[in-house]
Amino acid sequence: MNFDFSDDQKMMRDSARKFLGDRSSLKVVRQALESDQPHDQALWAGIAEMGWLGTAVPEEYGGVGLGHLELCMIAEEIGRALAPVPFSSSVYLATEALLLAGTEAQKKHWLPKLVQGAIGTLAISEGVGSVSAANVQAKAGQGGLSGTKWPVADGAACDLLIVLARGADDRQSLYLVDAKAGGVQVQALKSLDPTRSAASITFTNAACELLGTAGQGLELVQSIYDRAAVLFAFEQVGGAQASLEMAKEFAMQRITFGRLIGSYQAIKHKLADMYVATELARSNAYYGAWALSTGSADLAVAAASARISAIDAYHLSSKENLQTHGGMGFTWAGDCHLYYRRAKWLAHVIGTNRTWKERLISQLERKNAA
Amino acid sequence: MDFNDTAEEAAFRTEVRNWLDANAPRKQNANETMRGKHSEAELLVLAKQWQAKKAQARYAQITWPKEYGGRGGTPMQQVIYNQEESNYLVAGGFFAIGLGMCIPTLMRYGSEADRQRYVGPALKGDEIWCQLFSEPSAGSDVAGLKTKAERDGDGWVINGQKVWTSGAHYSDFGIIITRTDPNVPKHKGLTMFYLDMKSPGVEVRPIRQVSGESGFNEVFFTDVRIPDSQRLGAVGEGWQVSLTTLMHERLAVGDSPGPDFDELFELTKMLELEDGPAISNSAVREKLADFYVRGQGLKFTKFRTMTALSRGQVPGPEASIAKVVSASKLQDIASFGMELMDAGGIVQDKDLSPAGGIFQHAYLYAPGLRIAGGTDEILRNIIAERVLGLPGDIRVDKDLPFNQLKAGA
Repeated sequence: MNFDFSDDQKMMRDSARKFLGDRSSLKVVRQALESDQPHDQALWAGIAEMGWLGTAVPEEYGGVGLGHLELCMIAEEIGRALAPVPFSSSVYLATEALLLAGTEAQKKHWLPKLVQGAIGTLAISEGVGSVSAANVQAKAGQGGLSGTKWPVADGAACDLLIVLARGADDRQSLYLVDAKAGGVQVQALKSLDPTRSAASITFTNAACELLGTAGQGLELVQSIYDRAAVLFAFEQVGGAQASLEMAKEFAMQRITFGRLIGSYQAIKHKLADMYVATELARSNAYYGAWALSTGSADLAVAAASARISAIDAYHLSSKENLQTHGGMGFTWAGDCHLYYRRAKWLAHVIGTNRTWKERLISQLERKNAA
Repeated sequence: MDFNDTAEEAAFRTEVRNWLDANAPRKQNANETMRGKHSEAELLVLAKQWQAKKAQARYAQITWPKEYGGRGGTPMQQVIYNQEESNYLVAGGFFAIGLGMCIPTLMRYGSEADRQRYVGPALKGDEIWCQLFSEPSAGSDVAGLKTKAERDGDGWVINGQKVWTSGAHYSDFGIIITRTDPNVPKHKGLTMFYLDMKSPGVEVRPIRQVSGESGFNEVFFTDVRIPDSQRLGAVGEGWQVSLTTLMHERLAVGDSPGPDFDELFELTKMLELEDGPAISNSAVREKLADFYVRGQGLKFTKFRTMTALSRGQVPGPEASIAKVVSASKLQDIASFGMELMDAGGIVQDKDLSPAGGIFQHAYLYAPGLRIAGGTDEILRNIIAERVLGLPGDIRVDKDLPFNQLKAGA
């Protein structure tokens, strides 16, 4: 049994923690909260310099050529540090989408750019509600791609958009759109987590290029999400762990009724539950990491399990961290809401638990029938 | 990252499997048990036979030193043996407390003569041991116990009552913690002994549980006389000795017995609700997903524990969450499985109830798992204090003499 990360991988995690401890302190996160910039550009440039954007990208495309296990370690630290950068959209989604479905030319064109700090993201939703074959209106044809997508996570400052639209045959496909080219209009929306942007993007005959097989857009989105869900889960586990630690530190210094609040069982049991949820989520994320890194047929089940328990753990830890802090937790000046917002933002961007639970059970039915 | 054995582990697993194949029948299916087929008395005979075989092959206590009949093996080898044995239809369970807790305490605190006399027969299953700790007024707060041991010449006289004593009704010996000095604070006036359960003045009365079974007992002591040579550790050091006993609790890599996700999944495929098969109902699917991820989270947490063992490391604190999650998961799965049966859920009948009534049965015994071996509340305290490092409870009784406490009066 060797169900753990290697010492080298853990060393990467430790150095990521150190880097982000310096460069993505809560002070930096708060600056992103208060500013109208979509993300912290200095931090993003620093992360690009560290090579993290190309962790799992082969060297021939400008990447570092490590694997997904290494990327999981970095994702956990990004989550722990609440890094105000579009890491998940650009790395887990856009980069992975290209690796999964891009042609050689597409990979050669886009991957080196993404590795060096260009920002990519997916543009799937067209408003409130889940995405289905029926509710995608964006159209792609000879004249280019037209339609409006919102919300586009991390869309307020991006270079590459991977857009779900109906093709000439009316079936859904994914298209690559250069966000800096003509016909792309970006309007920033008010994001629940201002340290991660959201945008409404309108395409008017924008130049586009098919990604993957025509008509297989929804299936491809699901495959991209399955892979990304594992990486998101590590980011969420990192955030849940940080929320727990913040609650613990407060419980060790706040005194009420003549004693530390951490000595009350009401607080102890709350924190114990946060710990248990976080460890279960971590274990599920580990299995996801194994499935992703080995190309296991069990990836869909592993990814859904990792995502569901990571959403639950971060939700619990971030809300109960705020609760543990009492009134101060509810202030803008306190840091609890940074985790509370991020937990929810991450829980939504590639589909909520309702969708993933349905996916899990349908995958288990399929596995069971096989 | 992988789930594979190391070369040494794989070799050991093969060796174990070959031995098991030669000595025990394989289970026809994973849920097959001996319990459904035999009375407790029959099981006890079968378990003793099986234990003797294991001891002879040195599989009984793999991590024990060879001089005590062990194999001098690693905790990982014990895990591998347990995994493999769980695929065979064999009787067991009677020796876990004795070999896991009592005998290690005796090995550490008993005399050489004690070790010579007791370790071998316990290992072979000839003699069974129980642990006499809890009392009616001392459960989670076991140091509040009242059973007295008083000096009498060169021996001791024990009076009092123990409770929740698993297996006392078939045990030959027990280790017992007693109060020898009520004039000092509660943790300081305790002393540990062992005794013959057939001593005059020992009376065992089975307790009937909610589930209708009787796995544990009340044990009454009336002027039970034992020699001082049966004392384990110094007078007044009983609390420290008991901590040694509890430290030897077996590794938390087992599962709670009973219906789990697979059984619930099967049930939802079989049952019809008002709008079709239960498995097609979205509320049911959402619940199934919740149970699945909890179960998988536990399974992979155990894999992390085993990884630490495999690397020769001490498992991390994640090992402490198994019971607090699995016991209430079992209770919730049992309750939800019954909910799907609608009014039919109130019937507990092995022929009429789906899955032979395992959901109803689990509903009735799961509460015990949330209490035995540390309640959910105590386990959360342990996680908070030992894993997270939160301060201990303020103990109002810590420095007061026991006989001045409300509980001690």
